Amino acid sequence: MKYEATIGLETHVMQKTNSKMFCSCKYEYGAEPNTHVCPTCLGYPGALPVMNEMAIELCCKAGMLLGCEINPYSKWDRKNYFYPDMAKNYQITQADEPLCIGGQVEVEVEGEMKTFTLERIHQEENAAKNTHVAGASLVDYNRAGTALMEIVSNPCMSSAEDALAYMAYVKQIMQYGGISNCDQEKGQMRSDVNISVRPIGQKELGEKVEIKNMNSFAFIKDAIEYEIDRQTTLLESGGSVVQETRGYDPDRGETFTQRTKENAHDYRYFPEPDLMPVQVPEEQLKQWRSELPELPAQRQVRYVEQLGLPEYDAGVLTADMATSDWFEQAMQHTKNAKAVSNFIMGEMMRLLSEQNVEISESKLTPENLAEIIELIDAKIISTGAGKQVFEMIFNEGGEPKIIVEEKGMAQVSDDSALEGWADEAIASNPQPVEEYKAGNPASINFLMGQVMKASRGKANPGAVMQMLKQKLDA
Amino acid sequence: MAELHKLTITELSEKLSAGECTSVDIVTDILSSIDARDGAVGAYLTVDRDDALDQAKMADEARTAGKASPMLGIPVAIKDLLNVKGQPCTCSSKVLEGYTAPYDATVIAKLREAGAVLLGRVNMDEFAMGSSTENAALGKTSNPWNLDHVPGGSSGGSAACVAADEAIASLGSDTGGSIRQPAAFCGSVGMKPTYGRVSRYGLTAFASSLDQIGPITKTVKDSAILLETLCGLDPMDSSSIDVEVPALGEQLTDDTSLEGMKLGLPKEYFVEGMDPEVEKAVRDAVEHCKSLGAEIVDVSLPNAKYAIAVYYIIATAEASANLARFDGIRYGMRLDGKDPAELYAKTRSAGFGQEVKRRIILGTYVLSSGYYDAYYLKAQKVRTLIRSDFTEAFKTCDAILSPVTPTAAYKKGEKTDDPLKMYLDDILTTPVNLAGNCALSVPCGFTSAGMPIGLQIIGDDFQEETILKVGHAYEQTTEWHKERPSL
Ligand SMILES: [Zn+2]
Repeated sequence: MKYEATIGLETHVMQKTNSKMFCSCKYEYGAEPNTHVCPTCLGYPGALPVMNEMAIELCCKAGMLLGCEINPYSKWDRKNYFYPDMAKNYQITQADEPLCIGGQVEVEVEGEMKTFTLERIHQEENAAKNTHVAGASLVDYNRAGTALMEIVSNPCMSSAEDALAYMAYVKQIMQYGGISNCDQEKGQMRSDVNISVRPIGQKELGEKVEIKNMNSFAFIKDAIEYEIDRQTTLLESGGSVVQETRGYDPDRGETFTQRTKENAHDYRYFPEPDLMPVQVPEEQLKQWRSELPELPAQRQVRYVEQLGLPEYDAGVLTADMATSDWFEQAMQHTKNAKAVSNFIMGEMMRLLSEQNVEISESKLTPENLAEIIELIDAKIISTGAGKQVFEMIFNEGGEPKIIVEEKGMAQVSDDSALEGWADEAIASNPQPVEEYKAGNPASINFLMGQVMKASRGKANPGAVMQMLKQKLDA
Repeated sequence: MAELHKLTITELSEKLSAGECTSVDIVTDILSSIDARDGAVGAYLTVDRDDALDQAKMADEARTAGKASPMLGIPVAIKDLLNVKGQPCTCSSKVLEGYTAPYDATVIAKLREAGAVLLGRVNMDEFAMGSSTENAALGKTSNPWNLDHVPGGSSGGSAACVAADEAIASLGSDTGGSIRQPAAFCGSVGMKPTYGRVSRYGLTAFASSLDQIGPITKTVKDSAILLETLCGLDPMDSSSIDVEVPALGEQLTDDTSLEGMKLGLPKEYFVEGMDPEVEKAVRDAVEHCKSLGAEIVDVSLPNAKYAIAVYYIIATAEASANLARFDGIRYGMRLDGKDPAELYAKTRSAGFGQEVKRRIILGTYVLSSGYYDAYYLKAQKVRTLIRSDFTEAFKTCDAILSPVTPTAAYKKGEKTDDPLKMYLDDILTTPVNLAGNCALSVPCGFTSAGMPIGLQIIGDDFQEETILKVGHAYEQTTEWHKERPSL
């Protein structure tokens, strides 16, 4: 018998709000523990929550970008559970009336376009951060109460590749929409994965296992693959899967039982009496819709149609919003889109990955690149020299024109200098000259190389080629 | 300067403006009154004398500098569930022993702004759960009219200190009658404002959808003056409502006519088991209002009989979540355990009293999976019906008259073994909390045993003005409020 997996994701995304979800405390990653706290986010007696309107805006915009309906009436509920990461011992969330309903996204998975559907997006508050040290547990409430959205997909995926492509897409959209930075290392994007396996052809889904709270794409991939394998092996050997919550141990590359169905929490949801329901006026929604940013797919089309870039380039440039924004900034200063694209896809990406830095950290500015391209197009420097300038500025900073001047990188097109080098090359290399004259045009490249060498790279290659041809064809 | 403690806000305010006394005089006199009587009454949990005198000095200086406000320099006692920065806020529970409030409740900030003197913290049923102040873990309070009797609850300390002239006025909170019932038991005036009228920010929550802070005073006019100070939209409380605050104190004049006023009498509120003396006093009060020109009409509140059941489902459900934060992690009592679960269990077992535990368990039960629809959801539906009853009734009348409680204050220990019997005390007060409208408790007589009886005047949403007017007219033409317990 053959088996298939069904996967659904619950993705938690921390929004880029100025303050926490229900109080005016700021959130600052890496701040001194318990410095961004107040009676409300510490769950002090008598403190009350007040809804953050910016979070509602960002959640609605996320919903619009992921094709959801915005619920005309959504409300808040208390989810009760005792744990030190939740100051009030209940979390304010949305149970039966979430802010965004439905939704669907088109995602490319290994060259094939697939449609994944969403169940909902709801708004809630984040938990505090627990740290376990020898003999004690420490709680940092700085993160407690920060704005958190939960994007819930339907069980519509069937492989780790599907899940990863979906998450990468969601991440890209959240970044483009200005909703979240989705910095996984900072815990701004975490997913719970629901996985079940059933014999192909069976209608009902198999028993569901939930793997909680993973932030790395690589771990999620490993966990899904391990879990599909584990469940399939169990079923094949005549066993059955138990509905439970599992954790993933990245060191061992395995999932392990955390809580079985019998021990599942009864969260005792009930409407939050301290907050009013959310009813966003139609006019407001219209306004937000008009503010939605251009998405990667739309940018891609524009790059191809208006800037004349190949589809491949447009895809690479828009994959990451920071890169795409950098490209757009460079295009403010030059018209040569293909040259900008070549530099970003070539030198820039090489240097970024070699040095493991973000494009935002590059010392080379978009204006610098535009200037380098201008120097190349004006034939003042060669493309090779341009690449050298690029790398120098990337590492050290500086102005292209000044560097070209200081390092004497301007190329030589002056006929008398070129003529000397060309005559010399022809005279010293009779064999390639013979071959060229005998009908092997490629042999001219060797002579060309000799001239470039003699000029220490500063000769204008076009001019050299023209001069050599003139002399040899004569 | 003797006997300042016996005066009202209105009287003291006049004296202060006329320069006949200072706030320091008043506070000094009140402190001696507390010294003389509180040993017997037990209204206070803590009094910070130096702090109170400092505030009084500041009030006097502000007056010299030209500040004028009816509450300027008037000492007010605070129910021990309101957060006052730097002071304890125990809710009369062991679980909050050692907790110091880091912030001021909005009503406290408003009192400070008005120049009132925060006098001290008064006793209550633990977390406001009770009707006799016998569920208090940190103090025992007696009824000033008979020290063997309960002062009512949960704002028992707030009512007793005013009745015993140990405070000029006090703040209480009313979730199911917790202001009106002790005010009735102690012969004071208690106001439960419309839900949303007064900010709940800084009020340690018992049942969030029912709790309201309100004044307990010696007269209706004082109630109006203090309430006016507390009202208003608060951005820190999403359930506070943006309605204009009328000049509640000013509108109460010497005119005691109720001409043109229609007062409703709900037949369902004269329940079986009601003390005939209470019923008579209330019926006499109704006749009295008629003599002042009011027209008395019959109204019906048919769903009132479900109020107790609905109340004990909704209030306990909300309480089960509201009290979850008292876990020993961040403040208050902590008994360590080998893991968080054990720490919680030990702390909460030792920290909460019997009644609080009973209600947490009840609330947890009604919200449990499989029971939610049968209890919580159904209770919410009936709550809507109770509210509709009032909406209907107020189509034919301006205010409703009824008793506050079926009996006057009873002996201590009489109902402690039978929580259900105690719950039934709230039968005439809980419907108003469930519906969200306002009600006033005004003294209207005494039993033959000499215990005070209260008249409840119920108003529609945000009609505090109306019920104060009725209460004031009744009070100004009767003598009940002038009676004082002999201590
Ligand atoms: Zn905060």
